[in-house]
Amino acid sequence: MRIFNPILVLVILSLSLGACNRTKVQENVDVDDANLGESSNGSGANSSGLGTDGGTSGSGLGLAGGDGDPLSKRVVYFDYDSSSLTAESQLIVEAHANYMLSNSGVSLVLEGHADERGTREYNLALGEDRAKSVAKLMQAMGVQAGSMRAVSYGEERPVALGQDESAWGLNRRVEILYGN
Amino acid sequence: MMSQIKSLVVTVLVLVVAGVQLAHSALTIDITSASGDGVPIAIVPFEWKGSAPPPQEVSAIIESNLVRSGKFDAISKNDFLEAPHDNSQVSYKNWRLLKAEALILGQLRAISPDKYEARFQLLDVYKEKQLAGYQFVVSGKQLRKVAHQISDIIYETLTGNPGAFDTKIAYVTVTKSASGGNNNLLVVADSDGYGPREVLSSKDPIISPAWSKDGQKLAYVSFENGGSKIFVQDVFSGKRDRVANFPGLNSAPAWSPDGLKLALTLSRDGNPEIYVMRVSDGTLQRITRHHAIDTEPSWAPDGKSLVFTSDRAGKPQIYQVSASGGAAKRLTFEGAYNARASYDSTGKKLVLVTNQGNGFQIGVFYPDNGGLQVLTQSRLDESPSFAPNGDMILYATQTGGKGILAAVSSDGRVKQRLRFLDGSVREPAWSPFNLKL
Repeated sequence: MRIFNPILVLVILSLSLGACNRTKVQENVDVDDANLGESSNGSGANSSGLGTDGGTSGSGLGLAGGDGDPLSKRVVYFDYDSSSLTAESQLIVEAHANYMLSNSGVSLVLEGHADERGTREYNLALGEDRAKSVAKLMQAMGVQAGSMRAVSYGEERPVALGQDESAWGLNRRVEILYGN
Repeated sequence: MMSQIKSLVVTVLVLVVAGVQLAHSALTIDITSASGDGVPIAIVPFEWKGSAPPPQEVSAIIESNLVRSGKFDAISKNDFLEAPHDNSQVSYKNWRLLKAEALILGQLRAISPDKYEARFQLLDVYKEKQLAGYQFVVSGKQLRKVAHQISDIIYETLTGNPGAFDTKIAYVTVTKSASGGNNNLLVVADSDGYGPREVLSSKDPIISPAWSKDGQKLAYVSFENGGSKIFVQDVFSGKRDRVANFPGLNSAPAWSPDGLKLALTLSRDGNPEIYVMRVSDGTLQRITRHHAIDTEPSWAPDGKSLVFTSDRAGKPQIYQVSASGGAAKRLTFEGAYNARASYDSTGKKLVLVTNQGNGFQIGVFYPDNGGLQVLTQSRLDESPSFAPNGDMILYATQTGGKGILAAVSSDGRVKQRLRFLDGSVREPAWSPFNLKL
């Protein structure tokens, strides 16, 4: 143990003492701020469904088939820590690929997601991997790569909040979102 | 009489973190597991000389800090035989009876409007001598910081390792907004969670805050406008730049020890790979080349190599690669899942998230011998970071479906939870030492 004989007098001066308690809104970065030059898109809640513009709405696109029609399904699900498409997912993706092939000028956002287990950054990569699995199958069927965009939200936008397999299974997904 | 006190004036400049002070800062720290074999110390409540109540209970903050570290056990005040406020008043045998090894005492005095003098002494009960003694003259607002500085001095004097009480933490809170969406805040607070200030607000997710080594900047991933992008923000001015906005993923930023570079994950070349960016001009160097997921880079303290997470062997494991690229070497083999590793300041251990078959927990991995020690017991523990002195690990966990922060000593003996009033708290990052505060 060391012995500290001299006693220091520490005078702590604040550069901006007066500012300590003041709420300095102008210094706070708000991503909605116009000076970023961009406006934020919608929040995580509206991550499903078609575009709301008349011409590209679900019915307008003729996407809404019967319940048994794979084209009526716009979410495909994955196994834990896997980006492989299940047999059912392949049918759904193929139906959308065929739709894309017969409707030129339509574009897709493939939004990849993961469940909450594991690290956020790894899950972000996993979500992208899942979106790209969907894109690859569509591309193999002839859909132009330029008409699809893969984006991942990792585990950040769950649709189910439970902490069991029934919730996790719903969160491991790619949402097929039509744009224009 | 404080005959040993000599006056030496040191000026410490304080910069204030830019951002909105959060009104609902209430937070409690529960020690959920104590070691019970810390060094017994006695902390006498400081004598208060002033008309109004003191702005801060300095000795209580010091006691809370020291006990939380797990290195010390505070002897109950009910057992004290005397209440000295100066070493001249101490009868050492009264403290040896209580088996106290160290005695901490002091005074707090109002000397003019909003000006206080705090003085303390740390005494060795068995050698009957002073180990440290300091005097501070500050405003009321700075008394908490002084309490942390005193805690750091005591910690270093008694353990030989620097204290990390006078440091900051960054974290993300998520609350429901009035419109039904989420309100995501990036917050900077004292190391014990007090004084939170919001430095970023977004309705889109914010993850992976990372402190620069000088404590001046935070890099983070924001999903504003869709997709992940990396920003660097000056903590004090609030000014920020978007440094990575490539097609695909822009994520997992990690500052190099010299503060000139960021390691990050980009998928612009097809799939997630590790890159190193020179921050001054954005020049990129690609580090990994593999069709698997490579992400979560972190620098060795010497800046010569990086560790990262890859699932190239099927499941996520930790790999090491030269900071200039080349072949990667697998480091972890124990457990089905090891990810998000980062070094302590010595480079001798890594903290990581591990799954040994019973959920996701915080572990410490020793690269020299390949040993892995699991420190926590929950099933969804994540985002660990070492305190700058390496003695504690801050991480995120869940309770009742809500995210909270928790800390564990690096040896796993002491655990605590930081509870916030509302919302979910996640993505903690402990600041380095040399904050310009």
